[in-house]
Amino acid sequence: MEKKTKLIPKGKLVSYGVNLLLLAVVYAAFFALMGAGVINRYTAGIITMMFINIILTVSLNLVSGFLGQLVLGHAGFMSVGAYTAALFTLHSGLPITVAFPVAIVLAGVMAAAFSVIIGVPALRLRGDYLAIITLGFGEIIRVIILALDFTGGAKGLRGIPTILPSGSDATVLTQVKFSYVFWLAAVTVMIIWAFVRSRHGRAVIAIREDEIAAEASGVHTTYYKLLAFIMAAFFAGVAGALYAHHIGVLDPGNFDFNYSVEILLMAVLGGLGSITGSIIAAVVLTILPEALRDFADYRMLIYALILIVVMLFKPSGLMGQREFSLSRLVKRLTAGKGKAKPGKGA
Amino acid sequence: MPVLETENLGITFGGLRAVENVHFALEKEQIMGLIGPNGAGKTTVFNLLTGVYTPTEGQIKLDGKSIVGKKTYQITKAGIARTFQNIRLFKDMTVLDNVKVAMNYGMKYSFLSGIFSLPGYWREEAQVEQRALELLSVFHLEGNAGDLARNLPYGQQRKLEIARALAARPKVLLLDEPAAGMNPTETMELMNTIQRIREQFQVAVLLIEHDMSFVMGICEHIVVLDYGKIIASGSPEVVRNDPKVIAAYLGGE
Amino acid sequence: MNLISQIFNGLGQGSIYALVALGYSMVYGITQLINFAHGDIIMVGAYTTYVMLILAGAPLWAAVIVSIVFCALVGIVIDQVAYQRLLDKGAPRISLLITAIGVSMFLQNLYQTIFKSDAKSISNVLPSFPIAVGGLSISSVMLITIVVSLVLMGLLQLLVKHTRIGKAMRATSEDAAAAKLMGISPRATIAFTFGIGSALAAVGAVLYCGAYPQITPYMGSMLGLKAFVAAVLGGIGSIPGAMLGGILIGVAESLTTAAGLSQFTDAVVFGILILILLLKPAGLLGKNVKEKV
Repeated sequence: MEKKTKLIPKGKLVSYGVNLLLLAVVYAAFFALMGAGVINRYTAGIITMMFINIILTVSLNLVSGFLGQLVLGHAGFMSVGAYTAALFTLHSGLPITVAFPVAIVLAGVMAAAFSVIIGVPALRLRGDYLAIITLGFGEIIRVIILALDFTGGAKGLRGIPTILPSGSDATVLTQVKFSYVFWLAAVTVMIIWAFVRSRHGRAVIAIREDEIAAEASGVHTTYYKLLAFIMAAFFAGVAGALYAHHIGVLDPGNFDFNYSVEILLMAVLGGLGSITGSIIAAVVLTILPEALRDFADYRMLIYALILIVVMLFKPSGLMGQREFSLSRLVKRLTAGKGKAKPGKGA
Repeated sequence: MPVLETENLGITFGGLRAVENVHFALEKEQIMGLIGPNGAGKTTVFNLLTGVYTPTEGQIKLDGKSIVGKKTYQITKAGIARTFQNIRLFKDMTVLDNVKVAMNYGMKYSFLSGIFSLPGYWREEAQVEQRALELLSVFHLEGNAGDLARNLPYGQQRKLEIARALAARPKVLLLDEPAAGMNPTETMELMNTIQRIREQFQVAVLLIEHDMSFVMGICEHIVVLDYGKIIASGSPEVVRNDPKVIAAYLGGE
Repeated sequence: MNLISQIFNGLGQGSIYALVALGYSMVYGITQLINFAHGDIIMVGAYTTYVMLILAGAPLWAAVIVSIVFCALVGIVIDQVAYQRLLDKGAPRISLLITAIGVSMFLQNLYQTIFKSDAKSISNVLPSFPIAVGGLSISSVMLITIVVSLVLMGLLQLLVKHTRIGKAMRATSEDAAAAKLMGISPRATIAFTFGIGSALAAVGAVLYCGAYPQITPYMGSMLGLKAFVAAVLGGIGSIPGAMLGGILIGVAESLTTAAGLSQFTDAVVFGILILILLLKPAGLLGKNVKEKV
């Protein structure tokens, strides 16, 4: 025990502890509110989508924000994951409580596998062409899903099992679903956060900053670009699996270019290069459409306008490349005038 | 054995022979200058040495082993590091991180260690932080460790680029116009710094420069390029008085 | 439909792709920007034609002229309001791309809001009757499409090669800073390029409506993407390349349909894109430009 605390600076241990505690508190609060029926199924649905969007946005941010490569087929990887997971739970013959976690892992792996097939050739190209190729991939996936029989073709997949055996209590189902999305979102964020602060993350960011200089500094750029790409696709696949079992039906039209753009908008709005920014934007852009249901017809129009305005006037988005830091906020609030020391990130 | 040597090195772009029959031998811990009028092909030579371009003819050997055809990052790992004519720093990363990036290939902790913050991560990161700060202090930049590279004044940015190149533990350091834009005081300081790091890091230096007093003052051997070909090669004395060199710089007869 | 008439269809469709691809190519050549919104200019052109022809009952020539002018204006406005600002700031490429996506989405949804998403019928734009050529029967629409496209491409070549503004376009593509020093205004030249590209797209829209008399707010999106693939195939930045690419994509689509695989035409086009980017990213007629180190 002694050795460990010497290894990890005490400040970091404290902030880790605080963060975990906060997570547990938030989780417990939601869980309880659901149990008490205060949060009804409809609201729980929005919350579920919120966490799915967090996973999607943070993973897209890894490759478009930290690596700096615009990817326009993120929804395509999500659809690969969604269909993989749905087909598995539908046909595996395993009880759903076992099949679902397995399906999630399979979904991520499958999406990652597709990303290797696309990424290995595509990442050799310059940024604009990568964007177009990923767009093309998204379209090809959509066409293939439409054409294949076992994916349900144009009719899509129906009757995807709910994640608890049928006949389970509705409230418990909501809570279990929430638990899955909450903790998977938390794990996604933690992994990507840690990655970005590791030497691998540094290499990835260096590539964004100046690929030629990064290569000259000994960074194997092709490897790291692919790594970021695969990670992003993996988590998109996981999000897809969660989505499939949340909505219960899959329609190939769900995962079109429009959806990729929505995720991109969240990442841009939050700040390409800021994980906390992505989380905030995902939360806001999941809740906002619900709050403005009257304007549902104008939603994409408003989104397009927001995207243009943000890019013209504040391209760095809400947080830019900075992270929201609780410790920094606390220090700034509690320190007196002129005494505030610049704090390190949480 | 020279640490870096080329034989008959050349490259042709389209129909243009940008560099032709370039040969030199850089000895261990030697400081060599590569000079010539603008457009002579000096940076092209650097790009050939670092694998940015593949030579269409000739050979490049690092410690006796050919590096032709290797990718840039492999050449860096093998022992050649460089700075760039137009400074290519990682602008939105901190000064310290800029240096740490170049240490990446020598680091060992795995992807999993990184994403789960295992002990290996903490241990190696602490070591690298230490080493990076030490390297920065050679250039008096340790106080700027937390600043963003884009916020450094020009002269310090150039120094940071050299620090980053050194972080890659090279045997050969290629400096592309390191004194560009510097005033005489900074230039003197740079000369001292280069000589110091040559000894401290046991590294051979090949530099491109236009500032003649700098070149003459610090280089032990000079190679002169004009229109992609070597027109003179020797000690500063010899080169300084070579009529071909004078003609090349002043525009010929 | 036998093979030859399918190929003619392909040529017709390909001519439209070529007209649109020219816009992509010229704009990319001069600004290094993939103008995602370019495809949607076709849609704007189609709806303008619709408004003029069907709602206002105007004659064809009036509709075409208004459409061309309007589209050119829209193109220039988008350039000046959205892209030029970012170009002036020296914004990273990713910002330009994202903005272009935003503009594209905006146009699509704006028109959807105004005209609703159901398909509008816009029949009899062009005279449609079979013409006997050799032993075959070809639609007059196709013939008009091919002829008009060829004429326009020829005019464009003349413009680029033999006029001052054409020279300005070429100079700005090569080196905007140098062009400025020579007294050329990159800003004006870029705006002009957008205008010309959009005008060509407007004509493409009219020709398209001649063959496929149904318009929706989203029609430009896939059409534009395929035209973009055509531009890349031919070599982005190259005018002859755009023409060649357009024809090839059009014919490829027809052959796919002729083989009975019409639901895969989209996938085939994107497959071609992936192939060309892997084998020869500069395109069939393009030049390899390496970044200066």
